[in-house]
Amino acid sequence: MTDPDRLAQLLGRTGDRWPSAPGDWELLLSQARRARLQGRLAITALAAIDQTPAVPGADGPPGVGLPAHLHSALKVCEQVAQGMRLEAERLSAALAQAGHRCVLLKGAAYLCASLPPARGRLFGDIDILVPQAALAPVESALMAGGWISTDQDAYLQRYYRQWMHEIPPLTHVKRGSTVDVHHTIAPPTSAFQVDGQQLLAAARPVSEDGRFWMLQPVDMVLHSAVHLFAEGEFDSGLRDLLDLQDLLRHFERTESDFWPTLFARAHALGLTRPLHHALHHAERLFEPIVPLAHQAAARAITPARLPRYAMQALLVLALRPNHPGCDQGLTGLARWVLYLRSHWLRMPLSLLLPHLVRKAWLRRFPDGLLSPARAIPPR
Amino acid sequence: MRLGQLPGRELQRRLQGDGLTLRTGPFGFRLRSPLPLVAQGLAQLYAQMPLIDDGRFIDFSLDIQHGSGLHRWLRPQACFRFDGQAVFEPLPAGHAYPLLEWAMNWCISTHAHQYLILHAAVLERGGGALLMPAPPGSGKSTLCAALALSGWRLLSDELALVSVSDGRIWPLCRPVGLKNASIDVIRGFAPHAEISRVTQGTAKGSVAHMKVPDAHVARMDEAAKTRWVVFPRFQAGASTMLARRPRADTLVELARNAFNIAVQAEAGFHMLADMVEGAGCFDFRYSNLPEAVASFDCLAGGELLPAGRLASTADPLAQTLVVTP
Repeated sequence: MTDPDRLAQLLGRTGDRWPSAPGDWELLLSQARRARLQGRLAITALAAIDQTPAVPGADGPPGVGLPAHLHSALKVCEQVAQGMRLEAERLSAALAQAGHRCVLLKGAAYLCASLPPARGRLFGDIDILVPQAALAPVESALMAGGWISTDQDAYLQRYYRQWMHEIPPLTHVKRGSTVDVHHTIAPPTSAFQVDGQQLLAAARPVSEDGRFWMLQPVDMVLHSAVHLFAEGEFDSGLRDLLDLQDLLRHFERTESDFWPTLFARAHALGLTRPLHHALHHAERLFEPIVPLAHQAAARAITPARLPRYAMQALLVLALRPNHPGCDQGLTGLARWVLYLRSHWLRMPLSLLLPHLVRKAWLRRFPDGLLSPARAIPPR
Repeated sequence: MRLGQLPGRELQRRLQGDGLTLRTGPFGFRLRSPLPLVAQGLAQLYAQMPLIDDGRFIDFSLDIQHGSGLHRWLRPQACFRFDGQAVFEPLPAGHAYPLLEWAMNWCISTHAHQYLILHAAVLERGGGALLMPAPPGSGKSTLCAALALSGWRLLSDELALVSVSDGRIWPLCRPVGLKNASIDVIRGFAPHAEISRVTQGTAKGSVAHMKVPDAHVARMDEAAKTRWVVFPRFQAGASTMLARRPRADTLVELARNAFNIAVQAEAGFHMLADMVEGAGCFDFRYSNLPEAVASFDCLAGGELLPAGRLASTADPLAQTLVVTP
């Protein structure tokens, strides 16, 4: 298995042939773990295993070999999802006590609304969206619920609060869960100045009890696109692109006039560029997704040639799992350029340069100059 | 073919090339490392382990590599990499062998959820498994090594693999980790025991590993059902004492010693409950190793209160038993 896009193709296309060589499966599993896609690989592969007698380990002793790895991955996903659901309920209760809505973003929204990307997904932090004016009261409400800002580094606090679209992560003192409180979906200093109030105005309740809210479908897709496109680290880039494909396939069935609404909203929010790249790479790696009738609208959001080609080439490399089996010489450089670019998009040069210098220094000397890095004592 | 049958420098060649593939218990490992200490340790401690033919699925591929950049020569390091990324902070190159053992433990305990994995030593006698969960410093490994050299079959020293499908414990048969004073204690207890070179100054102090007896490796595919759960505690100068322990409390303590009880969720709780229900549960305190081994012989023989040898204390319920010389 030498094609570095093989994992993406197997997960994002229907009817692709699964490999039969054990070595190929080892590599798929390893790349999937690295891209945080092992749960998704498990669901897709276990569904296909019945038709694939060549799957290694299937004839071995119980609990050994590839099927055991796939089932293990699913168990972990179930545990993480269950924890996430509980934590989201606690979060919603804490917000409700202070009279705030719990508008979930990304993973937490997919899970609580039972949307297709939630299947086999690993969840990390809970992201919520609140009005910018409500940031302070929401932070107090969450502090009362046990979520506090653990990193009291003055620089970090100011960096987030002054320039970012979210406040520093809040971590629960007992349970360790982390909440990212956003007031919009892209940094206000960036090229994408999205008014969070517009997103909140269109948000929908997930269920009738109003415990959870989510962005309206087209906004959810655009958030996923902007996240993928403006991110600096691509460890879960492929996962984000699969999320996006799932959302598109789901909403084009459940929402009337989905595609025209999506393009219109992208224009209105100034997010046509991220949407173009997201669609381009989803179609390149997976399958055609924009219906024939809407391809003219898709072509209309194509950016100018030079930045488009540069960005496409970089993303081709960066969307691959960050795994030695996928690296082709320039991959490391592409990741670095995209990392710089994500910061470039985020803020003007006068802010950016000092920030990057400081980050690089702290990475080299995390505890100051004199204390050596400590080893984590393994068991 | 077994690792010890590899000719000449074939072991080094494989470790530096596509990897050495060997099986330990139910798991296939592919090991790659250019560090001589890794090859040396494997040659000494894994000689009886079966190698895996090309073309079979391997569970875990891990690398123990040189440090990057200047750390190749200056204060040389050993780095564990899995899935193409570093997992632990690098350790000094001299710690490469214990790092390999810890790395293998990490691979199993973070991925193999077809087992409920307990931090415990497991031995077998007469078809029944003896499970000894214990925090570090309790003398668990010392006792485990001594029992493995005294008629008990070693299943595992560090990770008890309880199968989710049938509740039986599966052997892992990896070397027994010994720390600090216990290294010399075992050398004194059994001069014939094969013990690796000692690595000084690790996070756990001085560590060495004892080779698993060949006869035990030969029975690596024989699982056993838990018959005894014993919590050992070494206490200098203490007399040997075996005391019954409440089952509910044993269950809670076992859960505390489980790596992946959260992943197993409700099923994991029921597994532990079944395990405790079918087993004798004890606390065990010791300072004298031969005496400790003798009391486990009595436990296995079912002679907990034979005249003269094990006598009941003043405990009215006869729940506490002491070994009398």
